[in-house]
Amino acid sequence: MPTELDFEPPYLFPDYRATRLRAPRHEPVRLPDEWFHHTRGPAFGRIPIRPEDADLTRQHAGEPLGQRIILSGRVTDSDGRPVRGTLVEVWQANAAGRYVDPADDHPAPLDPNFTGAGRCLTDDEGRYRFVTVKPGAYPWRNHENAWRPAHVHFSLFGPSLSSRLVTQMYFPGDPLIPIDPILGSIADPRGRDLLISRFDLETTVPEWALGYTWDVVLRGRNATPMEP
Amino acid sequence: MSIATPSQTVGPFFGVGLGRVDAGGTMRVEGQVLDGAGEPVPDALLEVVQGVELGRVRTDEEGAFAFTVSPASFLSLTVFARGLLRHLNTRMYFPGVEDEVLASIDPGRRGTLIARREGEVLRFDIRLQGPGETVFFE
Repeated sequence: MPTELDFEPPYLFPDYRATRLRAPRHEPVRLPDEWFHHTRGPAFGRIPIRPEDADLTRQHAGEPLGQRIILSGRVTDSDGRPVRGTLVEVWQANAAGRYVDPADDHPAPLDPNFTGAGRCLTDDEGRYRFVTVKPGAYPWRNHENAWRPAHVHFSLFGPSLSSRLVTQMYFPGDPLIPIDPILGSIADPRGRDLLISRFDLETTVPEWALGYTWDVVLRGRNATPMEP
Repeated sequence: MSIATPSQTVGPFFGVGLGRVDAGGTMRVEGQVLDGAGEPVPDALLEVVQGVELGRVRTDEEGAFAFTVSPASFLSLTVFARGLLRHLNTRMYFPGVEDEVLASIDPGRRGTLIARREGEVLRFDIRLQGPGETVFFE
């Protein structure tokens, strides 16, 4: 199997303080492909997915405050083939930079019309689409005056155990991006760019919402053999 | 070949998006996730994969978790947490099971992959770092 170019962050990145006591010291043990990489990933039958789960602005009586956006893109494998019918889950802060999570004590207002969680399955072309509001930046206590750039958390399964991905998607032009140790843990700027969405006039809906596009490539190939 | 999208931490506030999922089964597994100082990790998320069944559970303030599964030779476990820029893959073997993967692991560390029977439950702790560090796979 050819080595895939990858831009994965290291486990230990001391500028992101929480890695210091949580990053394993041993290298992971590499398992032969047939024992791990080709092991089929889980089904998600027990996670209910309703059509309204893809619209984070319609989960309450009223509409949430903030800039309405359409977040869409395509999920493929390393060979560029669409990953169909895979579960995409997202969660995010509201427009003021506050999560619904009770552990979030940032003194910004909660929005009674926004929970900040969504899910959908990719279609036959591997596409996903969410309607939401642009999340706000928020402070964290990693270092003096630390602020996270606006981001949306993404979780994707893909076809095998090794294609599992949890990551964060950022917005173009955010001034906090160059000073964020979490995104900065990816040493190569090409890798960091892979996590930044682009503003997309094509998916922008006139008089209604801004479009942002972000494509995802899951590790490994689909189980189908390569054409000669 | 396209380059795989890099991973980022699940962060501390995943609860709203990644809720508990029951994997089925009646055998109870209990454990604790610990950091390099031996302190509990109260904000970890574990995913259990058994065949095509998915279970998902988060740790509590004591770093403790519990889930139920069906008896098997092993479970695939994935650990996500604040401070883990990439998730960690491991396996929990049921007591007494042997296979090629287990046999290939350094005997001094092999025990970190094997659950112990404690009465009616199986006990399996995950140490992210330091003495007794769990074996993780890629």
